[in-house]
Amino acid sequence: MTATTLPTLLQGDVSVGDTLPQLAYPVTATTVVLGALAARDWRPMHHDKDFAIHRNGTRDIFLNTPNQAAWFERFVTDWTGPHGRLQRMTFRMLGSIFPGDTMVFDGTVTETGIDETGCGWVAIDISVSVDGDPKTTCKARVALPTTSDDNPWDRKGDQWRP
Amino acid sequence: MSAIREADIEGLTGVEQYAEVGEFPVERGYIWTTCSSVENGNPLFWDEELAEELTGGPIAPPTMVSVWFRPHHWAPDRTGSALPLQVHFDLKEGLGLPEAVMSDNTIVFYEPVRPGDRLRTSQILRSVSAEKTTKLGTGRFWVIDVEYQNQNGERVAVESYTGFGYVRAADGTTEVSK
Repeated sequence: MTATTLPTLLQGDVSVGDTLPQLAYPVTATTVVLGALAARDWRPMHHDKDFAIHRNGTRDIFLNTPNQAAWFERFVTDWTGPHGRLQRMTFRMLGSIFPGDTMVFDGTVTETGIDETGCGWVAIDISVSVDGDPKTTCKARVALPTTSDDNPWDRKGDQWRP
Repeated sequence: MSAIREADIEGLTGVEQYAEVGEFPVERGYIWTTCSSVENGNPLFWDEELAEELTGGPIAPPTMVSVWFRPHHWAPDRTGSALPLQVHFDLKEGLGLPEAVMSDNTIVFYEPVRPGDRLRTSQILRSVSAEKTTKLGTGRFWVIDVEYQNQNGERVAVESYTGFGYVRAADGTTEVSK
């Protein structure tokens, strides 16, 4: 199928060293609890402050990992638009994010290419930090259209090599 | 659920364990709640026509793949279910390593997940290292893959987790213990 919605970003528009638009977000208890419940993570350290302090030894409840993945996805697709199709993400957890923190997402393109099937892709190093201190890093690879009538979502089977 | 001891490692490496089908089909309420929780305005998840045009109908955000397997907080006649990453806990128990951390994890995305899908998951031990000492303590690294398929047998995602199970060093502390 040929998409009539034009891509907002083509693989050829991206160069190594390009940066993604920064995203800063003030985290509240609601951010943490909503994110945990959206991810069906009922564990108390993501909604019960007393438990987090007295059992986990942290200063407050903290953002859960699956919800952080959802934040990283949003950060990438805000930049790529809907044609961007994630191929892979590698996360490294360094510290926790608490209510009252302003989390800041930054991303830099580290690599770009076209695979053997003709699928365009870019690799991005992303970090979410608080007061300049990285809390989680994510290496992501996302497929992008190579032309305005290309759509990575059309790929299936051996034409999709993430 | 059974401990993985030293002698079991070779026979279990590469073997599918704990295969299970999610408790409920993929549904749009959670998709919207998740997008809302991170203020994700990607029109693929909100605009029916655009989703039809680009992806042949609605899909779930790829990073939600593990969400569909977290068990209900309560369910009638619950008889106990395997923990996510049960193989990790089996290794901790069988190798006598009371502490553990996840050092990193990778998700690779294949076929899109769609509302109505009944996904299946399984866990596969890929490797266990020789004994190593880090600043946390002395223990073993292991890699566990979690495979996800849809009801048509198509792979939708693979997660790979690297864990380090260890005995705490005398002055070691860890913030993220699992």
